[in-house]
Amino acid sequence: MNIVVLVKQVPDSGSERKLDPSDNTVARATADNVINEMDEYAIEEALTVKEAHGGEVTILTVGPDTATDAIRKALSMGADKAVHVSDPAIHGSCAVQTSAVIAAALGTLEYDLVLCGAEATDAQLSVMPALLAERLGLPQLSGARKLTVEGGMAKIERQTDGGYWEVEAPLPAIVSTWDTINEPRYPSFKGIMAAKKKPVQTLTLADLGIDPATVGLATATSKVVDFAGRPPKGEGVKVPDEGDGAEKLVGYLAAQKIV
Amino acid sequence: MAEVLVLVELNPAASASGGSVPRKTTLEALTAARALGEPSAVVIGAPGTAAGLQDALAEYGAAKVYVAESDEVEAYLVAPKAEVLAQLVREKSPAAVVIPSSPEGKEIAGRLAIKTGSGFLTDVTEIRADGTATQVAFAGATIVHSQVTVGTPIYTLRGNSVTPEPAPGAAEQETVQVTLSDAARVTKVTDRVVEQKSSRPELTEASIVVSGGRGVASAENFAIIESLADSLGAAVGASRAAVDSGFYPHSFQVGQTGKTVSPQLYIAVGISGAIQHRAGMQTSKTIVAVNKDPEAPIFELADFGVVGDLNTVVPAATEQITARR
Ligand SMILES: Cc1cc2nc3c(=O)[nH]c(=O)nc-3n(C[C@H](O)[C@H](O)[C@H](O)COP(=O)(O)OP(=O)(O)OC[C@H]3O[C@@H](n4cnc5c(N)ncnc54)[C@H](O)[C@@H]3O)c2cc1C
Ligand SMILES: Nc1ncnc2c1ncn2[C@@H]1O[C@H](COP(=O)(O)O)[C@@H](O)[C@H]1O
Repeated sequence: MNIVVLVKQVPDSGSERKLDPSDNTVARATADNVINEMDEYAIEEALTVKEAHGGEVTILTVGPDTATDAIRKALSMGADKAVHVSDPAIHGSCAVQTSAVIAAALGTLEYDLVLCGAEATDAQLSVMPALLAERLGLPQLSGARKLTVEGGMAKIERQTDGGYWEVEAPLPAIVSTWDTINEPRYPSFKGIMAAKKKPVQTLTLADLGIDPATVGLATATSKVVDFAGRPPKGEGVKVPDEGDGAEKLVGYLAAQKIV
Repeated sequence: MAEVLVLVELNPAASASGGSVPRKTTLEALTAARALGEPSAVVIGAPGTAAGLQDALAEYGAAKVYVAESDEVEAYLVAPKAEVLAQLVREKSPAAVVIPSSPEGKEIAGRLAIKTGSGFLTDVTEIRADGTATQVAFAGATIVHSQVTVGTPIYTLRGNSVTPEPAPGAAEQETVQVTLSDAARVTKVTDRVVEQKSSRPELTEASIVVSGGRGVASAENFAIIESLADSLGAAVGASRAAVDSGFYPHSFQVGQTGKTVSPQLYIAVGISGAIQHRAGMQTSKTIVAVNKDPEAPIFELADFGVVGDLNTVVPAATEQITARR
């Protein structure tokens, strides 16, 4: 069972995130970059499937050179090797273009299963599995809170409002995972040391046979025209509860004509 | 006038009991689409789906209703709906496509973009006549204006960001023949399971949301949150810490990795206000917080905050609200 896990490096959602005013793209160079948290669940799931079925886990990342940190983290959790697509021409790509690059990179690999996070926390699109499934003609099994791989089939419980759908498809397939699916392991000291020696193949657009003019900001299918910080809210009121907290609260709601 | 395709999203509760009622998000999408042209509703579902929808779609300005009914579209995940929409985009050359934002809606938008060689924008909160859309980025910290630059613009509209406004429409029905490719019939949906039935309003649609956090301290104690919600006719939400601690089911989580809500009133009880929680509620019109820690970051957001123990403040408030009814 060969598994590819798509891993993205993103600005830490807990730190201040910004767009770069020079070209309105996510300011990655100055950000506190981390592995997309959702992708850790995909890696954990890949390792679990490998433990049951054997095979190899390959990390695939499209992103700038700094993304090596995210790749090392993934390798230290236990993935076997990695492919890192990095090319200055990719800067500013939209999701449609990025999916073309990931699809081409997947074309250089052999896999039974592609796993990815349900959402990258920077743009919160939740579309990559759909885009890749469409491009590659692969079954899309997205939004999983449970995955079973058996007899050439992948089955998931797709998380929905108030429940789940049972969804299945033959392998090879692409599966995305929510944070409800497992508890990602922490890299062990041994894992961290071993990760330093694991192979990371770096590919450029030329290696993938992609014309640089078809990706990047200039030909992106959508663009940010302008942006601004959200206007600050007016100063709110904060009152201590001196036995009258509920009364004050209900008084406020009444003044707002809510009750 | 230019035609704009609007995908109809159905109310799941009504669908489960056999009827079809459009979700409020559909009426919002029909309203938003009018900025760009004349909306045509697209109904994709099992045979009989469109029957009950006609009046609501006419009331909210649908000039046409394209009806694509087949058992197969429900039997497979996402791909059939994208295929039907792509066929309509080819035949009708609309000015744009507007889809209610949901996990499925976003995936349909993505697949449709690849099929039609177009760009797409997800979770937009406004669409302007020139096609520019507004999006909220980075946990609500940044407001972005964006445009699709290639193909037929595809938008997914975030729930509760546009107020549905009626406008007369002829809602003239046109049947769409559904012939799915093999590629659209690989991912089978074998069962749809509802675990939490709730008589409360749907979280993303509710005009009031009452959410509890770790401070609520136990699953049993969430009854305090539910009672306050019921006194206000509100939906119940939860922080991730409350969900991870097993106090409340995951489908009620509000935040970056949960639901995004934008109600008239959001009441955060025993929630500290971490950035990932804010990501899901920051655009609420009015925010009220109850927290015993005067330094809790949620107070930076709150229009009105009570510093106190939720175990005394919240039940007393519930009682007073109920008494006013
Ligand atoms: C990638 C990522 C994604 C995440 N996604 C989400 C998400 O979608 N949604 C989300 O909510 N979080 C999310 N988080 C987690 C987030 O960072 C916080 O850990 C979480 O929101 C904290 O929940 P909380 O406020 O309930 O708990 P805490 O931060 O522990 O706060 C509890 C609060 O309750 C107050 N309190 C305690 N007892 C009482 C009492 N008796 N009366 C009154 N007040 C009391 C305390 O003063 C405290 O402020 C995410 C984190 C990461 C890294
Ligand atoms: N540039 C990228 N490189 C590798 N994987 C990615 C990239 N962008 C998105 N992904 C994967 O796709 C998932 C969903 O991302 P998104 O659709 O952008 O929210 C992420 O959790 C990643 O697993």
